[in-house]
Amino acid sequence: MTHEFLQTTWFLLIFVLLAGYAVLDGFDLGVGMWHLFTRDDHERRLGLNAIGPFWDGNEVWLLTGGGALFAAFPPVYAVFGPTFYLPIMLLLTALIFRAVSLEFRSKLESRAWRQFFDWAFSLGSLVAALLFGVALGNVVRGLPIDAEQLYTGGFFNLLNPYALLFGVTGVVLLAMHGAAYMACKTEGDLRQRMLGRVVRCWVVFLVLFALVNVYTAVEVPRMFNTAFGRPVLTALFALLALAAVVYLPIAARKDKAFHAFLCSAGTILAGFGLIGVSMFPTFIPSSLEGGVTLSAFEHSSTKLTLTWMFGVAAVGVPIVLVYTAGIYWIFRGKVVLDDHSY
Amino acid sequence: MDDALFLSRLQFAITIGFHFLFPPITIGLAWLLVFVEWKAWKTGRVDWVNAGKLFAKLLALTFALGVASGIVMEFQFGTNWAEYSKYVGDIFGSLLAFEAVIAFFLESTFLGLYLFGRGRVPKWVTWISVLMVAVGATISAFWILVANSWQQTPAGYILNETTGRAELQDFMAAVFNPSMLPRFFHTMTACLVCGCFFMAAVAAYRLRKNPDSGLDRKTMVTALVVGMVSSILVAFPTGHVHAQQVARTQPEKFAAIEGLYETQSGAPLVAFGLVKTQPPELKAEVRVPIPGLLSWLAFGDPDAEIKGINDFPEDERPPLWLTFVSFHNMVILGLWFQLLLFLALIQLWRKKLWTSRKLLMAIIITMPLTLAATQFGWVAAEVGRQPWAVYKLLRTADAGSVTVPAEQVLFSLILFSVIYSALLALYLFLLKREAGHGLEPAAEAKEVAA
Repeated sequence: MTHEFLQTTWFLLIFVLLAGYAVLDGFDLGVGMWHLFTRDDHERRLGLNAIGPFWDGNEVWLLTGGGALFAAFPPVYAVFGPTFYLPIMLLLTALIFRAVSLEFRSKLESRAWRQFFDWAFSLGSLVAALLFGVALGNVVRGLPIDAEQLYTGGFFNLLNPYALLFGVTGVVLLAMHGAAYMACKTEGDLRQRMLGRVVRCWVVFLVLFALVNVYTAVEVPRMFNTAFGRPVLTALFALLALAAVVYLPIAARKDKAFHAFLCSAGTILAGFGLIGVSMFPTFIPSSLEGGVTLSAFEHSSTKLTLTWMFGVAAVGVPIVLVYTAGIYWIFRGKVVLDDHSY
Repeated sequence: MDDALFLSRLQFAITIGFHFLFPPITIGLAWLLVFVEWKAWKTGRVDWVNAGKLFAKLLALTFALGVASGIVMEFQFGTNWAEYSKYVGDIFGSLLAFEAVIAFFLESTFLGLYLFGRGRVPKWVTWISVLMVAVGATISAFWILVANSWQQTPAGYILNETTGRAELQDFMAAVFNPSMLPRFFHTMTACLVCGCFFMAAVAAYRLRKNPDSGLDRKTMVTALVVGMVSSILVAFPTGHVHAQQVARTQPEKFAAIEGLYETQSGAPLVAFGLVKTQPPELKAEVRVPIPGLLSWLAFGDPDAEIKGINDFPEDERPPLWLTFVSFHNMVILGLWFQLLLFLALIQLWRKKLWTSRKLLMAIIITMPLTLAATQFGWVAAEVGRQPWAVYKLLRTADAGSVTVPAEQVLFSLILFSVIYSALLALYLFLLKREAGHGLEPAAEAKEVAA
């Protein structure tokens, strides 16, 4: 295996891990966002327990993505961390609130107690989803990284309209994803309301998605240039996106919640695919004249490290996928509340 | 820059210190639950089944805190220690990535199955799932300790002049670096002690309310027996071998934790002492009255020469007071755990334990002290590593991020301090509540009769 092959593979794997995170933790973030828009305590508990056995494992995708970036591309990790210092701290806070709220919330009957953790859980989910989108938007847009590989902007540079549009689009997409998941896991009135939300989110998402594309064409034309330079892959992901987006509302209207869920998952995957194709091999483009653009080929770990990581991933990841699939299979079907539930 | 560095160090210490309260409990408790659930599965007795349910909830609670505070740790390397990440990412980063792929998925996925699967899956699946949680937690400890050990005693690397970083040369040498195995076994046995005292303290709390509770008698006996064995193992051989390895591989740290200031052969062992830092010396020290004991313990030879702090360059000495005090507190606490467990086992043998209210109270009070001991051990190890982020390779002063302003670090430091304080209070509150779960004397009596 050549160094280039390993660098390409790890670029790909990091995108796969992040996309996997967005699809898996994405639905439990989405469930979190809808958490306050429920009728009673029973419905809230249904939401919490629908993600109960899974959310912790889902979050590991993020940890693994971060760990893989650290290991395979340390200079990229070292630029990403300080650049997004405050957003990452807020993200960590949001994830802490989410994790403990899930565990703490139903331990006491008290209304105030439950209300507090309901808010913490829901806001934590919303903030986390928003921050992921904003960070991704900034990376796509490019950052002022100088020749010393140091970020020269401040915190408020990160809150540009382009990145914020990305953030909002991400929130709507994950809200749609979460609603589709909830519809899969519930019955009756709650399910119907969730399917209705899927369709409404879909409408808003379409508008935002169009805006993102137009804005990208204007603000970051190199994304389209690169994408058109790789027509086969671009067409593949564009078709996946198209199929998913077209079938999604049909499935929701026909009461096929699982199909709708697969479509929203497909939309997320296609989105990551399109971004990956348009960026490779760049991780973080520099917006400065003479600045360093961080790329997979120039800012990776050594061949030996990448080879070991490849070996561990080749053995470990299939095993992880098997037991992850196993647990989703075991807890398939509608949520049932019992005395082990949250 | 200096402010940002100081604040980053403080934040790292607070966040990892808080995080490190929970894994010792979950690792130890998970292994105890492997036994409890085995008994529940094989005997089907209601006491074991209920013990499994009770401690599964407490495990879940503790685990949630560990997970929540653990995510912070990984990201902090990138945010606050960017220079460090660049310098060692080729080696250190991959160790963390292995931890995620091999361990995190395993423990978190099977924890979900363990907690939510009861009643849905066959009993053997419940047992397998708690076993996988314990195995996953142990593998996780393995990789994080490999990473930490590599900072203490780096091996298997070469310095690349062009890229200006440490790069992997020999993977096995990097993983099994000189301090890895001693540290792993010492830490794992310490985790078992913590887990055992956790289980024993819960049982003690419940037995003080209902001395007849069969469930709690069973968990108490389990915890006491495993605790006694592991509290001996944590000192000998694991602690002893670990200290010997420190004497060989990090002599500055060894001199600092033992309070040895002048180089001498036939060095005595200091039991207590007051550390003065300017000039470095011990005041009012109490020595163990066996000549050359420290030399013998460290090198197996009572006449061996050990280098004292004053013979190391001033800019390569660790902070003296904190390392000495932390190490000695850890040792004293370790001795106390052995003594208390021994007393409890005697009372158990004399069939007086269930009504020895004071002894039960002592077990409850000692539970947090086991966590204090792990914190002291960790402080001795990490402060003793200073002034290096990676021993003799990279100074802590050169490891921090250079573009993060001090105000931002101060903000996150305050943020985490406030959140963690609140979480700790909530954790203790819920722990007490959950530990007393199902403790109506009448219900317990019925279970015993059944």
